[in-house]
Amino acid sequence: MKYLKLKSENIKVFYKDFQALYDVNMDIQEKRVTALIGPSGCGKSTFLRTINRLNELIEGTRTEGQIYLDEEPIYEKDRDVVGLRRKVGMVFQKPSVFPMSIYENVAYGPRIHGIKDRNRLSEIVERSLKAANLWNEISDRLNSPAARLSGGQQQRLVIARVLAVEPEVILMDEPASALDPISTSRLEDLIGELKKNYTIVIVTHNMQQAARISDYTGFFLNGHLVEFSRTDELFVNPRDKRTEDYITGRFG
Amino acid sequence: MLTNNTREKLIKAFLWLSGLIIVAILFIIIAYIAIKGVSAINLDFILEAPRRAGKEGGIWTTIVSTVYLTLVSLLIAVPIGVGSAIHLEEYALRRSWFANLVNLTAETLAGIPSIVFGLFGFVFFVIFLQMGWSIISGSLTMAIMILPTITRTAQEAILAVPAEYRENSLALGASKWQTISRVVLPSAVPGIITGIILSIGRAVGETAALILTAGSSLGMPGGLLDPARTMSVHLYILAMEGISMDRAFGTAFLIIVLIVIINYLANLSLCRMSQVSRQI
Amino acid sequence: MGKYIEDGLTAYRMKAKSEKISVPRPHRIKPLNLERGIEWLLKLSAAIAILAIVLITVFIFARGIPLIFKTGLIDFIFNLKWSPSHGSYGIATMLVGSLVITLSSLIWAVPLGILSAIFMAEVAPSRIGNLLGRLVELLAGIPSVVFGFFGLIVIVPFIRSHLGGNGMSVLAGAIILGIMILPTIISISRDSILTVPKEYKEGSLALGATHIQSISGVILPAARSGIITAVVLGMGRAIGETMAVVMVTGNSTIIPGSILSPVRTMTSNIVLEMGYAAGDHQAALFATGAVLFIFIVILNLVVSFSIKAGKNYAN
Ligand SMILES: Nc1ncnc2c1ncn2[C@@H]1O[C@H](COP(=O)(O)OP(=O)(O)OP(=O)(O)O)[C@@H](O)[C@H]1O
Ligand SMILES: [Mg+2]
Repeated sequence: MKYLKLKSENIKVFYKDFQALYDVNMDIQEKRVTALIGPSGCGKSTFLRTINRLNELIEGTRTEGQIYLDEEPIYEKDRDVVGLRRKVGMVFQKPSVFPMSIYENVAYGPRIHGIKDRNRLSEIVERSLKAANLWNEISDRLNSPAARLSGGQQQRLVIARVLAVEPEVILMDEPASALDPISTSRLEDLIGELKKNYTIVIVTHNMQQAARISDYTGFFLNGHLVEFSRTDELFVNPRDKRTEDYITGRFG
Repeated sequence: MLTNNTREKLIKAFLWLSGLIIVAILFIIIAYIAIKGVSAINLDFILEAPRRAGKEGGIWTTIVSTVYLTLVSLLIAVPIGVGSAIHLEEYALRRSWFANLVNLTAETLAGIPSIVFGLFGFVFFVIFLQMGWSIISGSLTMAIMILPTITRTAQEAILAVPAEYRENSLALGASKWQTISRVVLPSAVPGIITGIILSIGRAVGETAALILTAGSSLGMPGGLLDPARTMSVHLYILAMEGISMDRAFGTAFLIIVLIVIINYLANLSLCRMSQVSRQI
Repeated sequence: MGKYIEDGLTAYRMKAKSEKISVPRPHRIKPLNLERGIEWLLKLSAAIAILAIVLITVFIFARGIPLIFKTGLIDFIFNLKWSPSHGSYGIATMLVGSLVITLSSLIWAVPLGILSAIFMAEVAPSRIGNLLGRLVELLAGIPSVVFGFFGLIVIVPFIRSHLGGNGMSVLAGAIILGIMILPTIISISRDSILTVPKEYKEGSLALGATHIQSISGVILPAARSGIITAVVLGMGRAIGETMAVVMVTGNSTIIPGSILSPVRTMTSNIVLEMGYAAGDHQAALFATGAVLFIFIVILNLVVSFSIKAGKNYAN
């Protein structure tokens, strides 16, 4: 029994006059990993950022179409965007920790959502750091500046920070692109763990990675979603010639 | 070839000389005032109130007036300046007519001579609003004078906060104001402090505008509506009316010490600022 | 069982339906009023700067213009006689005084300032350049009244004993004012020299030009608009300066005959007479302020024009 967590319906995005996405339709299943692949500039990040309505922060962007989260339309006039973003967390390409302590970074989300009780905050911080596989490494220096952590640790800290708000969906935009191979494989393990409880949409340039970790894959090209299907099907048996060219490296 | 080479060397020597002249000018001014002024300074000079129009006694009331006036003007200008910096950098659309106008205004305000501010403060605060020559008239005038500095430095500091901080915070479900107040502003604090320090320097040294708005009464200011004489105004009157050159030297020296300290602090907080942005 | 857990939310919904619990729905609330309030407050504080400049213009002009109408603009500006007790308000002497003082300070401060900016940006080792930069900042921070005081006790007596006259003179004003505008000229010129792309200089050196040739042939022309800005802003500072000038120039209302004769500027006139002026006299001082204001606004316009021109040049 599958549950449709997110549904995108004819999504079009414009940056001023430039159209970055053309009628993207995609069904994203709950507690599955959905990977988005495609050449640089094809609109993967743009699509990801329509899901938590982060694109509208850029002056001059326009979005048409609709996205449903739990069957609720998110592009609606009086939609509570803050609540939406609380449900849909996002991990960016470059880990960007706030200039605060490790503890404060993780506690940031719960705090802004009104949790003041210290015990409860500590509990959330610990739980999130454990879930992000970071707790063992840093539990003894929660109060030191987060900026001193290594790149891989920072990326996991950012994930812990997202988990602390208890989202249902986690969007990841090339989360491994700045990491070394070891940190990358740890991150992939973590994603495997997280998908038990969360719906994950991940952009990646690494096709092996997409094949390894995802259940569904979407291939974008020039703003079009060319093909979307189960990962095993898409990589073994692509339906579209362009997908085949891309995944076999014969592209361009 | 040789002549070319000597010419090159000559010109470079000339350039070194010009650099040296700048150092010499600064050194002579500070050294002269320090040497002549340091003997005038002792605890009594600082802590005693002036007597006989400043001929005798110390300069305590003028120190208090300076601090008082500076604090009140900061109290007025900092919230307004930081507020408008936030508006310009976080809320206003680039190139909106309002933002352009505010920026243009800040530039113009920064270029207006003190004496014009003084005239305005006199006719508007002292006369029109009937505040008289007082701390509040002086501070309000001063606040307008330092507003561009505070706005500009805060703007730069806010601009230097990485965009990722904002995106990350918003993506965690924070509202715009939560993001600004909890992530952006704390990162911008060193820059804002730099602006405050620079403004203190300006307030300590200001004379022309304050003579016309705060008056030159030597008494100890009690409330906001009392007139006051700051150290710089005191120095002017002591020197111009030949009241006491000794005390003028002492006052000038104290002002220079203050300015050197302020300058040092400003550099320190600028360093901090660049460190913070390097950390990112 | 596995499927059941996997499909938690649907299961929850089904359970909710059977047990008639209300399903949590994403709440829809209007943007917080607090957020709106803060946004308006911030916009309001930005508007205060505009309000200030409007008030300044209105109040100074309103107080000064009627007098100009009374005496006539031509008479106000070109009449050499400033004699409030006789009801004669011509600011020509002070206008000339301001221009003379400003130009004579620019004459030496501009070349020295530009040379030392070149020195700091191009010739000096970066450690020395930075140290000098800090010293220049310190020089900029010293209040006018301290410069004036220094002029009064050092420069004025020096001129009196070595060059004659009573020392309070155009020369004393030019020296002090020049020192005061040096920081403006140096720091802006230096910044604009430093922002010239490295490739320009490298390209010139690669063609066999010497360092000095590259500076004069490539770097300075590229930094031209910044240097012009520096000079114009320095000029603005000189015209508007009050305290230092009033303390060293003797303040006689005459057209100066030589660099050793005393002089009175527009700014000095205001600060000297404001304390006791009333009626038309006071209005005349405000009118002087208005003239000063117009000067500064024109200089600002020149600056923004030269910055724009510089941008075009860079393209
Ligand atoms: N802020 C913006 N303003 C204008 N155009 C933009 C903006 N952001 C993205 N674009 C354009 O939209 C298109 C899609 O960009 P997007 O960032 O979504 O690509 P991507 O698939 O994520 O690429 P990459 O793999 O390099 O991250 C690109 O052509 C890009 O130039
Ligand atoms: Mg991208």
